[in-house]
Amino acid sequence: MATLTLRNIKKVYGDVEVIQDLSLDIEDREFVVLVGPSGCGKSTLLRMIAGLEEISGGDLSIDDERVNELPPDRRGLAMVFQSYALYPHMTVADNMAFALRLAGVSREERMAKVGEAAKILHLEPLLDRKPRALSGGQRQRVAIGRAIVREPRVFLFDEPLSNLDAALRVQMRIEIARLHNSLDATMIYVTHDQVEAMTMADKIVVMNAGHIEQVGSPLDLYHHPESLFVAGFIGSPKMNFIEAKIASVGGDGTKVALSDGTKVAVPVSGGGMSSGDAVTLGVRPEDLTAVANDQATGGDLAGRVVVAERLGGETFLYTEVLDGQTLNLKGPGAMTYRVNDAIRLRIDGATCHLFRDDGKALPRLARNPMADLDAEPVAPGAAG
Amino acid sequence: MPTSQRHKLMMSLLGWVVAFLVFFPILWMFLTSFKTELDAVSGTPNIFFEPTLENYAAVQERADYFRFAMNSIIISFGSTILALVFAIPAAYAMAFFPSKRTRGTLLWMLSTKMLPPVGVLVPVYLIFRDLQLLDSHLGLVIVFALMNLPIIVWMLFTFFKEVPKDILEAGRMDGASPRQELRFILIPLSVPGIASTGLLSVILAWNEAFWSLNLTTVAAAPLTAFIASFSSPEGLFWAKLSAASTMAIAPILIFGWLSQKQLVRGLTFGAVK
Amino acid sequence: MALFRRETQRRVNTLPLVAPSVGVLLIWMIIPLVMTIWFSLQNYNLIVPTIRGFAGLDNYAYLLDDPALWTAMINTLVLVGSVLAITVVFGTLFAVLLNQDFWGVGAARLFIIAPFFVMPTVSALIWKNMLMHPVNGLFAWITRSLGLPPVDWFADVPMLSVIIIVAWQWIPFATLILLTALQSLDEEQKEAARMDGAGPLSMFYFIILPHLGRSITVVIMIETIFLLTIFAEIFVTTSGGPGLATTNLAFFIYIRALLEFDVGGASAGGVIAIILANIVAIFLVRSVARNLDA
Repeated sequence: MATLTLRNIKKVYGDVEVIQDLSLDIEDREFVVLVGPSGCGKSTLLRMIAGLEEISGGDLSIDDERVNELPPDRRGLAMVFQSYALYPHMTVADNMAFALRLAGVSREERMAKVGEAAKILHLEPLLDRKPRALSGGQRQRVAIGRAIVREPRVFLFDEPLSNLDAALRVQMRIEIARLHNSLDATMIYVTHDQVEAMTMADKIVVMNAGHIEQVGSPLDLYHHPESLFVAGFIGSPKMNFIEAKIASVGGDGTKVALSDGTKVAVPVSGGGMSSGDAVTLGVRPEDLTAVANDQATGGDLAGRVVVAERLGGETFLYTEVLDGQTLNLKGPGAMTYRVNDAIRLRIDGATCHLFRDDGKALPRLARNPMADLDAEPVAPGAAG
Repeated sequence: MPTSQRHKLMMSLLGWVVAFLVFFPILWMFLTSFKTELDAVSGTPNIFFEPTLENYAAVQERADYFRFAMNSIIISFGSTILALVFAIPAAYAMAFFPSKRTRGTLLWMLSTKMLPPVGVLVPVYLIFRDLQLLDSHLGLVIVFALMNLPIIVWMLFTFFKEVPKDILEAGRMDGASPRQELRFILIPLSVPGIASTGLLSVILAWNEAFWSLNLTTVAAAPLTAFIASFSSPEGLFWAKLSAASTMAIAPILIFGWLSQKQLVRGLTFGAVK
Repeated sequence: MALFRRETQRRVNTLPLVAPSVGVLLIWMIIPLVMTIWFSLQNYNLIVPTIRGFAGLDNYAYLLDDPALWTAMINTLVLVGSVLAITVVFGTLFAVLLNQDFWGVGAARLFIIAPFFVMPTVSALIWKNMLMHPVNGLFAWITRSLGLPPVDWFADVPMLSVIIIVAWQWIPFATLILLTALQSLDEEQKEAARMDGAGPLSMFYFIILPHLGRSITVVIMIETIFLLTIFAEIFVTTSGGPGLATTNLAFFIYIRALLEFDVGGASAGGVIAIILANIVAIFLVRSVARNLDA
């Protein structure tokens, strides 16, 4: 059992408040990913949880026990560092057993626990090597093994995959997810990579400039971003943003007009908005479709292809529409558009998002069923 | 011959000419030590001579080389160990828990090295006389340790600074106390740095002449005193002087050559990353 | 403050760790310094034991009136400045040379750094007797062979001779450090410069020299510390002469203290040397402090 509660956590360096009044609950056995651009405070937050960084204000509790003043090793945590931080002068086995040795655990018990962890991570043949004789992926596994051996209440990961190459990253991602399932441990994972967040997390915490933008399951964030920031951060390629003005507000949605007069109806509540208010229309590249000229209707945007990236299975088109605005489109690999071709883009209002000029999203009228797919079973009727 | 080869040949020639010129005084001394006194002072240099070991025998007869050498070893290694014992905790504290005063303390330490020893010779001599430290190993060990302490602290400071912070934090996550951190992580990690710091300290102590000449007479006199006893102008005994010089510098030169790679790393004082 | 100390952020009490080093250095500096200042205010000459007692600033007045002090100061600065200039220039050139790939470069490096390990007394003796001796020295033989009049180094150009000897000892140090710095220069940066059309000279001026900047400061700082107190080389070769030609501050005080037995006067000289050292230290510290990421 390990639940974490963060209440009004603050971090101040001199006069700079890098984390302002942050509160968060982490459930037992949850895989929580802290994600955000560099400098958003996610690593600082993790280091405060670890005890490596002083907490300037607020309460941090693990299993309802306030731990603000506890030294790192007494919090029952283990951390995997971005640089792995293996002790270069110790063998793999000694690296993994170091914490136990400091805690006065007997040699046999140490070796047994190291052996167990090594088995899980397939490190057995490497136990007598020094870290410098290992590859990046192996070092990463040793760092994880060092954490496992301590049987911590909570695992902390600080961008653990950022020093690995792309293929290895995918492999380790799967391994960590598997580990989470088999260890039944609470894990907190920091990354700037939204793909890692989407693929691994039970719960994503999107951070921006020292505060939490939104907390939710991956698909919750994808389908129901509460702000322009989250909408732009989650999803790849990035969501397209188009300047628009409110045309009409109704019970079944909100209609906006683009600069060329095109009207788009979006199923979001327009409460508090009135005609003529400036808004941002958000549309994901995968929700844009290219339509052939003969099927064009008045609701399509005319544009020109600027760059075409063909990945084989899919194609990304970067197009210029509406006097120089760029719209990106993700389509099937069989698209034949070439640079400078004219293109017509169709926006499906049902999949679009609307953001007020303060960056907040207008709430959707209905929840996307996918957004609640991974959530714990909920009482019938509670899901919207 | 391709241009790159010709370039390499030119560079080799130039490099070896420079190396020869720089090394020549030492080479010449070495050669002279195998000449007869007559050959040594003859105004015309000759490279082809019948080598003789009589100078070395004569030197050894006049002064017991091994006693001086042993004194040099005891004093330079002793002072180095003493200085390291003081310097390691200080450098650790300054590198990992810097305060506003850290920089000032470091620079102040260094500035104590700029005081001419001769300026404080009289008081030190008098104090040593009263403490009966004159002409003792312990006396010179203390003086050399103090003399080299600022440099040692500074070199260790730069080495400790290079240790990745992550590794120490991992140690803290694993429950290492500051003392355990120093013992299990930092010192093992810094062995190369501590070694090169120690090397420099040994070399500096070995070659120091001022304090060793003024604070010792017989019992604790190191090789610098051994040489001084041959330099008195009682005639042109160059061959014997060369033999004595060769014997005085050979241990430290070989030691320095063997350890030059480690030595260099430390000497850059962190200026080269 | 102890009330607010938190265990989480490791706040090691650094005092017991730093205090021993600082303490012994303070003792090593302060006690002799106080005694030196005390002696400097006394009439204290070992030859004239009858005259003792408080002298006030007489020793200083006498000393500051003594043109020898000013000569010694100028000599100190000339010696330090020239050796610094020579070692930095030759150190850079040798480092560039040793950074080339040539046959036996490793062995050549060992030969070039050798003088650093030679004790100052020995190197002074070699140069004085076997190289610079006006009759039997090798240089004399060379000039004679060329049909030139022999140079009596320590009589004709005493300061230059001392500078040559000291520079010979310190060039290896500069070479070693600058060579290490050169080896840390990013190969890609050099390749980029080559792609931009830099020849060997512009490469040296625009890429290599700026890269060496930090290391040159370190060389200057460390050498200055040692050069300010040069003693053995002068003691062995010229004994400060002829006249005062090679008397630096260290040697000047030595003469006062140990040859004239004027403890009071020597101590006053020591105080002046300490003040001079501190002035130099301030300048050095200013320029070098940037290099310390304390």
